[in-house]
Amino acid sequence: MSVSSAPAQPAEDQRDSARLWIFRHPLVIRLAHWINVVCLVVLLMSGLQIFNAHPALYWGAASTFDAPALAITSDEGAGGTPRGITQIGTHTFDTTGWLGLSAVGGEPTERAFPAWATLPAGQDLATGRRWHFLFAWAFVINGLIYLAYGIGTGQLRRRLIPDGDQIRDIGGSIREHLTLHFPEGEEARRYNVLQKLTYLVVVLVLLPIMVLAGLAMSPGLDAAFPFLTELFGGRQSARSVHFIVANLLVLFVIIHVLLVLLSGFWNNMRGMITGWFTIRRIPGATIRTGESR
Amino acid sequence: MAPHRRRFLRGAAGLLGAAALGGCDRLAETAFGRRTLKLGEDANLFVQRLLLTPQSLAREFPDSAISAYFKPNGTIDPSDEAYRALVADQFSGFTLAVDGLVEAPQALSLSDLRALPARTQITRHDCVEGWSSIGKWTGVPLSEILGRARLKPEARYVVFHCADTMEVAGGGLEEGGTPIRYYESIELTDAYHPQTILAYDMNGKALPVAHGAPLRLRLERQLGYKMAKYVMRVEVVASLARLGDGQGGYWEDRGYEWYAGI
Repeated sequence: MSVSSAPAQPAEDQRDSARLWIFRHPLVIRLAHWINVVCLVVLLMSGLQIFNAHPALYWGAASTFDAPALAITSDEGAGGTPRGITQIGTHTFDTTGWLGLSAVGGEPTERAFPAWATLPAGQDLATGRRWHFLFAWAFVINGLIYLAYGIGTGQLRRRLIPDGDQIRDIGGSIREHLTLHFPEGEEARRYNVLQKLTYLVVVLVLLPIMVLAGLAMSPGLDAAFPFLTELFGGRQSARSVHFIVANLLVLFVIIHVLLVLLSGFWNNMRGMITGWFTIRRIPGATIRTGESR
Repeated sequence: MAPHRRRFLRGAAGLLGAAALGGCDRLAETAFGRRTLKLGEDANLFVQRLLLTPQSLAREFPDSAISAYFKPNGTIDPSDEAYRALVADQFSGFTLAVDGLVEAPQALSLSDLRALPARTQITRHDCVEGWSSIGKWTGVPLSEILGRARLKPEARYVVFHCADTMEVAGGGLEEGGTPIRYYESIELTDAYHPQTILAYDMNGKALPVAHGAPLRLRLERQLGYKMAKYVMRVEVVASLARLGDGQGGYWEDRGYEWYAGI
């Protein structure tokens, strides 16, 4: 990425010799990122609303109601006090307050995911579905624009495919993450190898699986493309995969936000809002590469 | 900090919080919000109509795939007196009315229906709630019935009027309230689809009451709530505006999509 092709950098900061301004995120990628944030929040919360209508998962084409792979329910615990119960396989966990039973307006209420996590807050499958489908369209269109731009301009390859030296030094990158010492100087110009691989998996694996598993649940699309539902091992498997991958995406977002906080919150935020990112000049330092170590 | 600034900041924070928590819900309740949210359904219908040919079949399964337990849902035992009388009589007094925009209105008994060409299909029933069950359905293709009734040129939709009361409008039945019985509608494209049948048998036996005896719609490329149970009358219409609240079905009038292919 050459700095010269980017908009003029803020003049005042050119005097700051300790910091080097680089133009990191082009407009299309910044827009796609923030649209994606909105879409994923709405999709997650409306998805949990939809899940709450039948809070159990199965494997295969049809539901085996007496033997779900996962179920979030409630029961009468010892002494008749209602409890929230989460069952995974043959294991059950008391998840009162979070899953199965949680407060709605101060009253303990039977619902799989709590009201604060679902859209709408109250039990309303019809409206949840409407939010979900509208934002699924927005998400897919946004994702296609991002991919077309990223592939067309070579941004995707430049940003997300690890360089050879990075692959060879993957152990070093793991060490850096474990000790929370992130690359500085010239090396901070590019994403580190774990970052690149994670983004690649999210962009090219998890999000596409999410869309395909969602489509595989549609009886209409099952008739149009039978192989799609078959690919997941049946409609109920597709529903389970959709749920599991949603959880992986939530895990990704948690780690992503944590690392944004830990590796320089304002710099990262400015980078994704204005495009401009600063790296620290290390006096006398050469460009760090795998070979130089 | 100056009090007015503090008040402003508190107000701004409150607004932001409320917007995040309740804003979406309130937006969804406005006419603009409802219209906007419906765009997703419009797009789903448009794209699925492009992808599905009138002949694309829903997947059919082998006998071994039939669910040991097929979850009955919605109404499972109508308490309507007229329906109870039919049950007591083992539906010998049942007739299916076919009317509306047709040249030759029909009144078909169960034996009339069983004498018509039949189709058997083992399909997956997908509930809008998320679960699926697989069952074997035998019945008359709707196209057979519509063919006998001969549609008028302005016909566009097929409406199903059912025997089961979902709720009573305007007070209880004793107070002179009006029972709202289940109703659904489909487009002619779906009505003439080869797998669209009025089923009288399930898994090789007469359709049980819990699953809509004596006759239920099977519309295999859409969700369960489209597949009206306890069908008493098939009406052919040009518009859905005068059906219920005008959205095309009992659940559609309560916010669900009319096009339930997803």
